[in-house]
This record gives sequence, C-alpha cells and structure tokens, in this order.
Amino acid sequence: MKFINQLGAYFLMLRGMFSKPENPKLYWKEFMHQCAEIGLGSLGIVAIISVFMGAVSAVQATYQIVNPMVSKVIIAQIVRDTVIMEFSPTLICIVLAGVVGSKIASELGNMRVSEQIDALEIMGINTKTYLIMPKIAAAIVTIPMLVILSMFLGIWGGRMTSSLSGALSVQSYDTGLMMGFIPYNVLFALMKAYTFSFIVTSIPAYYGYHVKGGSLEIGRNSTKSVVVSCIVILLADYILAALLL
Amino acid sequence: MIEFKNITKKFGEKLVLNGVSHVMQNGKTNLIIGTSGSGKTVLQKCLVGLFEPDQGEIIYDGISFTKMDGQERKILRQQIGMLFQGSALFDSMTVEDNVMFPLDMFTKDKYLVKLKRVNEVLERVNLIGANKKYPSEISGGMKKRVGIARAIVLNPKFLFCDEPNSGLDPQTSMLIDQLIYDITREFNTTTIINTHDMNSVMEIGDNILYLKDGQKEWTGNSKDIIFSENKNLNAFIFASEFLQDAKALRMMEAQKK
Ligand SMILES: Nc1ncnc2c1ncn2[C@@H]1O[C@H](COP(=O)(O)OP(=O)(O)OP(=O)(O)O)[C@@H](O)[C@H]1O
Ligand SMILES: [Mg+2]
Repeated sequence: MKFINQLGAYFLMLRGMFSKPENPKLYWKEFMHQCAEIGLGSLGIVAIISVFMGAVSAVQATYQIVNPMVSKVIIAQIVRDTVIMEFSPTLICIVLAGVVGSKIASELGNMRVSEQIDALEIMGINTKTYLIMPKIAAAIVTIPMLVILSMFLGIWGGRMTSSLSGALSVQSYDTGLMMGFIPYNVLFALMKAYTFSFIVTSIPAYYGYHVKGGSLEIGRNSTKSVVVSCIVILLADYILAALLL
Repeated sequence: MIEFKNITKKFGEKLVLNGVSHVMQNGKTNLIIGTSGSGKTVLQKCLVGLFEPDQGEIIYDGISFTKMDGQERKILRQQIGMLFQGSALFDSMTVEDNVMFPLDMFTKDKYLVKLKRVNEVLERVNLIGANKKYPSEISGGMKKRVGIARAIVLNPKFLFCDEPNSGLDPQTSMLIDQLIYDITREFNTTTIINTHDMNSVMEIGDNILYLKDGQKEWTGNSKDIIFSENKNLNAFIFASEFLQDAKALRMMEAQKK
C-alpha cells in the first residue's frame, strides 16, 4: 500500500515538473550549472573506474582462456563486448547513483528541511520544475556522454594491460576489436544509459524533495534513494536486455 | 486585505488551529501574537497555502484563495513576500544573490539596476558589506535581515514575517520594526507579523490577533491592549514586573489626557 502511494507520488512529481518556466534564462542557467555538477563532477571517478574495469576484464579473460586452440585475440572481443554492453552503461550508472544520486537527494532534502523549497514556492516558482527538471535534463545529456567516454577508456585499459602483461600485442588487440563488432550494441548501451540517467536523478530527487522532519531524515532518505536507484537500474537492465536483445 | 474564516488545522490528532477568523488590513501592520507553540507559524503557513487548512476559507482582496488552483496561486504568490522563522536563505548563494534572486526571476531589468535595488534594500535592513558572504558565514540576526531584504525586494502587496526580530538586539529590532512599518504605510502593504516581542506589539501593533490554544482569544490594537482586561492576554503580554509597571504608567498617562 505504502509502495503504491509512493509510486503515485513519484509520478505526480514527474508530471508536476512539466510547467512553463517563469524565466527561461534562469532555468537555462540552472541546467548548465547542473551539467557541470553532474557531468564534470563525476568525470574523475568515471575515468578511474572505466580504466580499471577494462584492465580487470582483460586480465580475467586471459586467465580463462587456457585452451591453446582458442586465439587470444578473443580477449579483445570479450573486453569490448562486456565493457560496451554491461560495464560502461550499468556499472557506471550504479556508481553514479551513489555519486550523483546521493548528492541530489541530500541537496533537495536539505532545501526541504530548511524551508528553502517553501521559500521558492512562496515566490511563485514551481519548485518541481525549477529544482528537479534541470537535474534530470542535465543527467540525460551528460551521463550518456560519460558512458561513451567510459567505453573508450575501458577498452583502452584492456589494451594497455594486455600488452603490458604480454598476453596480447597492441596490434592483435586492435584486430580483435574489429572482429565481429556489432554497432547495434552501442545503440543498446546508449538506450540503457538514457534510461539509467533518468533513474539515478529522478528517484533521488523524489526522495530528497519529499523529506519530512529533520536532518536525520535527509541522511536516511539519501541512503534509501541510492539503494532504490540501484535496484531499479538492475531491474531496468534486465527488462531492456530481454526486450532489445 | 486578507480575510480568513474559521481556519482549522489538525496534525494527526493534535488540533493546532481551531476555527480562527480575522481580517488582516492593508496599509496596517497586522500582528499575530501568542505563546510559543500557539500556532502562529502554522496560521501564517495556512494563509499562504504551505499548509492546507482542514476547514475554513481564505480570501485575498475579495478573491477566494482556498478555491484557487495551483496556477492561480502561483500568480498570486508573485505578490507575496515572506520571511521564514528560520530565514530559509538559499545556502548555495551569496547574500547578494539571495536578495537578487526574485529580481532575476521576475524582472527583466539590467544587472546594474538590479544590483542597485539589492543594495538599497540591504541598506534599509542595515546590512552593508556582507554582499559576498554566504549564509553559513553570517550570524542568525544577519540571516533574518537578509530574509527580510529578500522578502521586500519586489515591493510585495502581501508581506508575511515570521518573527522578524527574534534573535536581534533591541536596537536593530526596533529598526526592523520601523522598516516594516514604513514599507507597510508607503506601499499600502498587507503586512502580517508573527511576534512575541512586546516592543513590537506596543510600537507597531495596528491590528493584533492574540492566539491561545489555537483559538482567537483577543483582538485590538496597541492602545486597546493596555486597557484590556483579558486575564490571559495580560499574563502573556505583561509577564514581568517591569512590563507591568510600564503598563501602569501608560494607563496613567492615558487617563491624564
Ligand atoms: N509540520 C508539523 N507537523 C506536526 N505538528 C506541527 C507541525 N508544525 C507545527 N506543529 C505543531 O503545531 C503547534 C504550533 O506550532 P507553531 O510552529 O505554529 O507555533 P508558534 O506559535 O509559531 O511557536 P513559536 O513562537 O515557538 O514559533 C505546535 O504544537 C507544533 O508541535
Ligand atoms: Mg513560529
């Protein structure tokens, strides 16, 4: 029952978000600000994770290919496909649920508790449109870019470890990358990225915007929002895979 | 003018406002007084729609606020300025940006024009030189004054102040009272002030609503209050011996005239 109520409130919030901005210029400024916060703000962590992700999958693929009949070039293919289809979109977005999501939830929660949202509301501003919409829009614009970047970095990470460990030369790795490459996979990954970027912003925004009580609730709601976002991402991951593959 | 009838508000089982009716006049400083926890803040929030009253009607200049939809309320609210009890400054913005925010949102003025207006109101609340500070870097009393500056920067038609001078020293407190009073007269504002500051009650009490246990216990102006025989009101207002003496003195003076 509580779940249905919350789901209803979540969709009401999303619907309430669509209203005419009181002053488009300020909304644009807020959008750009959020792009910087979300996009540039998580660039570092995304880069680090991606390189290691690619490196680790290359090492593990090498470890698993013991059969001398199997060409080692396949390592490049394994790295490429796991990074593009799963690691970059899903893993990165799960990390972003923690990085971006918890920030959104606690920021909005703090604004709610300290009555800043009420203050905006009293000025005659639609706070759902002003506070939530730019965040979701910025995430939808920047997170897929981060995911694409992460794909490149991941594949590069695999390439580097493969050549450093001597498992595979750079030339063979590159040949492997080109073998059996399906462009649709990238499209599939992007569709996942768009869906997940909506999830990692709208769910924390819901939890932050609806904080009741004091600062203790902010922390609680922010944790809850990360947990729920992660679960929903995995669920959506499964559904998208079942539908689109 | 804001008229409200029979406002009732419950939180769970707790009845906070019990059928309060009153008229808040324009060009006057309308005070809501009462002990801590008597429902002043809740009443103000009901009037602006931050809380939905369980019963009753609120009328702004003859138009029912209760019946308005979200969009209509939004438009009305652009004429409302509100100071929150906890100031509610935007902590990601400097003092200057806080005060400029309503101007940015609702005017098309040039930056310099807006800046001039911001400095003007900051000067009126006696706050110069704090422009570039963040809310976390200023004192509680300063936050209050920034909150007031932000509330009045657009010359609102309806001004709500929740304890504008709690946490201020007596001198600044009087200055703020005087400022609110002047603005009210100058722009014919409907001003509603929550307070338990006795100075304010005596100095700017044009129209006082005394709340007790969620009900309207007494109403009148600062002159009436001296002669009031309401026991609860007297116990609340003239709580100390010092204030009782002041009351006696005032009564004597009034009788001489
Ligand atoms: N959001 C809320 N949920 C539940 N109860 C509330 C809520 N807000 C206020 N109350 C209750 O309503 C009563 C009146 O509170 P209110 O804040 O209006 O008092 P006040 O007159 O403004 O007091 P003060 O002078 O201390 O600011 C209190 O008993 C409070 O516990
Ligand atoms: Mg109060």
